Amino acid sequence: MAETTTPETTANRATGNDAGRVPHGDPRVDPALTRPPEQGESLMRRHIATFFESKTATVGFVVLVILIVAAFTAPLWAPQDPYDLATLSIMNNMMRPGETLDTGVLAILGTDDQGRDMFSAVLYGMRISLTVGAVSVLIASIIGASVGVFAAYMGGRIESFLMRVVDLQLSFPAILVALILLAVFGRGVDKVIIALIIVQWAYYARTVRGSALVEKRREYIEAARCLSLPARRLIFKHLLPNCLPPLIVVATVQIANAIALEATLSFLGVGVPVTEPSLGMLIANGYRYLLSGNYWISTFPGVALVILIVAINLVGDRLRDVLNPRLSR
Amino acid sequence: MLVYLIRRIGQSVLVVAVMATLVFLAVYAVGDPVAILASPDADDQELRAITARLGLDRPLYEQFGIFIWNALQGDLGRSFVYAQPAVDVILQRFPATMELALVALIFSILLGVPLGVIAGLKPESILGRTIMTTSIFGFSLPNFWLGLMLILFFAVQLRWLPASGRGETVDVFGVPLSMFTWDGLRHLFLPALTLSLYKASLVIRIAQAGTREVMLQDYVRFARAKGLSRNRIVFVHVLKNMMIPVVTVLGLELGSMIAFAVVTETVFAYPGMGKLLIDSIGRLDRPVIVAYLMLTVVIFVIINLVVDLLYAAIDPRVRLTDSKG
Amino acid sequence: MSKAVLDVKDLSVRFRTREGVVTAVNNISFSVGAGEVLGLVGESGSGKSVTGLAVLGLIDPPGEVSANSSIKVNGRELVGLPEEPLRKIRGKDVAMIFQDPMTTLNPVLRIDTQMIEAIRAHEKISEKAARERARQALEKVGIPSADERLKAYPGQFSGGMRQRVAIATALLNRPTVLVADEPTTALDVTIQAQILSEVQDLCAETGTALVWITHDLSVVAGLADRVAVMYAGRIVEEGPVTAVLEAPIHPYAAGLIGSVPSRNKRGEPLAQIRGMTPSLVNLPPGCPFAPRCDYATEICQTTMPEATPYEGERAARCHHPLSSPTPAAA
Repeated sequence: MAETTTPETTANRATGNDAGRVPHGDPRVDPALTRPPEQGESLMRRHIATFFESKTATVGFVVLVILIVAAFTAPLWAPQDPYDLATLSIMNNMMRPGETLDTGVLAILGTDDQGRDMFSAVLYGMRISLTVGAVSVLIASIIGASVGVFAAYMGGRIESFLMRVVDLQLSFPAILVALILLAVFGRGVDKVIIALIIVQWAYYARTVRGSALVEKRREYIEAARCLSLPARRLIFKHLLPNCLPPLIVVATVQIANAIALEATLSFLGVGVPVTEPSLGMLIANGYRYLLSGNYWISTFPGVALVILIVAINLVGDRLRDVLNPRLSR
Repeated sequence: MLVYLIRRIGQSVLVVAVMATLVFLAVYAVGDPVAILASPDADDQELRAITARLGLDRPLYEQFGIFIWNALQGDLGRSFVYAQPAVDVILQRFPATMELALVALIFSILLGVPLGVIAGLKPESILGRTIMTTSIFGFSLPNFWLGLMLILFFAVQLRWLPASGRGETVDVFGVPLSMFTWDGLRHLFLPALTLSLYKASLVIRIAQAGTREVMLQDYVRFARAKGLSRNRIVFVHVLKNMMIPVVTVLGLELGSMIAFAVVTETVFAYPGMGKLLIDSIGRLDRPVIVAYLMLTVVIFVIINLVVDLLYAAIDPRVRLTDSKG
Repeated sequence: MSKAVLDVKDLSVRFRTREGVVTAVNNISFSVGAGEVLGLVGESGSGKSVTGLAVLGLIDPPGEVSANSSIKVNGRELVGLPEEPLRKIRGKDVAMIFQDPMTTLNPVLRIDTQMIEAIRAHEKISEKAARERARQALEKVGIPSADERLKAYPGQFSGGMRQRVAIATALLNRPTVLVADEPTTALDVTIQAQILSEVQDLCAETGTALVWITHDLSVVAGLADRVAVMYAGRIVEEGPVTAVLEAPIHPYAAGLIGSVPSRNKRGEPLAQIRGMTPSLVNLPPGCPFAPRCDYATEICQTTMPEATPYEGERAARCHHPLSSPTPAAA
């Protein structure tokens, strides 16, 4: 029977948001693949093997690893420390890509209005973007997963109340919520992270609660209850591990979204401070010079940002196929 | 249907009430409300006047009552920058943003549905895979950077289209709209394209999944057994079923388009509500921020409501369940 | 037997899957004359539904009809025909109805749309004339106030009514052959009987040859002229329905008949066939039924029995035929 939609489900239906969830599952989900990694090692190895069967995903993964390594080792080898104002010379400003600074450094991506080497700035900026993305996702997923499992475990009124809160939160676009929060908090890396956590936790809560509910109905949970195992053990040993595959998928995609959101907020001037430019900030700086044809200041950080996000999304997309939880974007 | 309608409106009012409370708590109860609501260069007398007007010496619940009472009468404070009621300032920019969002919505359907259906009909083909991989890029391109690159290419390099601003407008029922003038369309094209690309990718995804699902249904097999042409099956049987999730999601995404217009409008210096919000944040024009928030909440709630009703209109199954229940 | 309007020879259908090639239909032959009813009987997975789809040319990749197969309708070969001429045959010369009436009609299109399009796909005829024909067709399958019902959506009909609509739709163009894939299985017993006799009458009236696919032998008993029993992609026994039911040759056919409740005496345990249907991936060389067969010997494990003709227009594939029938003279 084709799916029938009652007004009830329409009213409770997931509301849209910028992370692009779709209330429409993949019709061909093999339940066996949504199974938790009970078989441990061998299943993990099989997942890894399946993951690398896809060329695009492998490329995405390799690019991502290179970018992460490059960004975090940048202080060791980048031509310049773009945060150290003492090393910047106004004499070097607005150099085209390929020109040489008076310090003898080759500016392969040109320099900005303050004489920053764009290549170094992009590397450092990527480090900030990655950190903000990863840290906010890590904390938000811990908070969200706890709320989700708690809601699923408790059931009843507590569950429906928590899920109402989640729905309400998700019905407002993350960009708007984050914008307002930062308008109130002020600028700063820590504040951006807090804002990103606030706008993200609800995704994880919903995802985890969904899979926890499925698991809760399985016999082994019944069995564990009958053995009157303590609730804590049940949640941490049984429910939570089984919610991990979908959580990992959502978290991966969310890192990309968080990085994009951070860049957007910084571009709008409410994100990271000027002294620690992230990729978004660099793009914003170049915006002024774009119309006069000085394209490189905005373009290269943008290209770096896009490559980073695409790489993460390719990995996330493949992870979803491999772990095959019942979600789609 | 009536019961359903009343219940949905009730839910909507509840959401607005909850959001009003949150906005109240955020703006009025946290920090010094006078400092938030008064312009930064207000003198003592002004501050006292505001304190008195808002009744800030009274208990919190009374203040809340006053806020709600004023809000119900459409009074969300006066803009410091424009020296006008904040609601009026917002409403003046409202048509520009709605226009942008609508054109972007149309773009995303025109781009997304055909590509998604093609990819869904042949999911294993090279074309199908290419479309799906490309849609990942659509998701990944940050809105503002895409806008910059479009400006760089079409406005700076090719000089085909204007880089910023809103074009000539004509009044339609007293509302100044630019989508009916050539100049207006030229100004709308790039921002709308920027705004639509993310949604277009989303539509591709839904349309692809929807098409694949519908193609496996028995009624498609029966339609083939009837000897219908492939075009008839795709354009009538598949498309009509597949449009249900597309319309649902896109309707809901109209809200997020209005929100994302904040970014696009800033990039293209397009005089809509979004740019106003960013300007107001920059100038600490808090009443405008509050007015924007409340208005957006109301818009979102209305969109949700309309989408649900639209959903009932396009899917006979919903109507049927209604008439029975 | 009257001249065959549907003539299937050496039909094989294979599906390429990850686990290997599945031969869903393996070298089967049968034919149906005008106005004749053939019951195609088998368990789920025996290949009977795939056979039905193959007759309509509806096998999609990864499935394929092997090139040496032959399906002739009115003497015209369908295998290897390009999509467009095949489309013109579908719904016109060969029609099909499916198992689940709840899903065979498009839920978002009105009944009239779905019926009229079926006519206009094959004939240049005005919308109005097509509507009139659709109305008559609905009346014929016993749907009251057809004019009104035409404007309804499938959701407003019960399962039995929907199946009637589907039948009316399938018969709109007076097809030569109607393939019915378990059209009554999903319905209530009382409605099953009604629909059964209605289809029988309609086909008799128009001389439509009927291929009735089912797992239910009792349905075949009252309906079909001939019966073909399928097992693991092959027809293991074929013949006139009374002869096969009275004295089955193949042990599997005998087992099927034995497990029909009405054929058992009260109080006796219901006979059943032990074991499960085999996986169709990489079938062993011998008779696929051998592992479940009480009569199986060594030869059954190694050699696939040939289709042997028997007296009275019968045929079976078995090394150890039951009820010692007379082999037909060669």
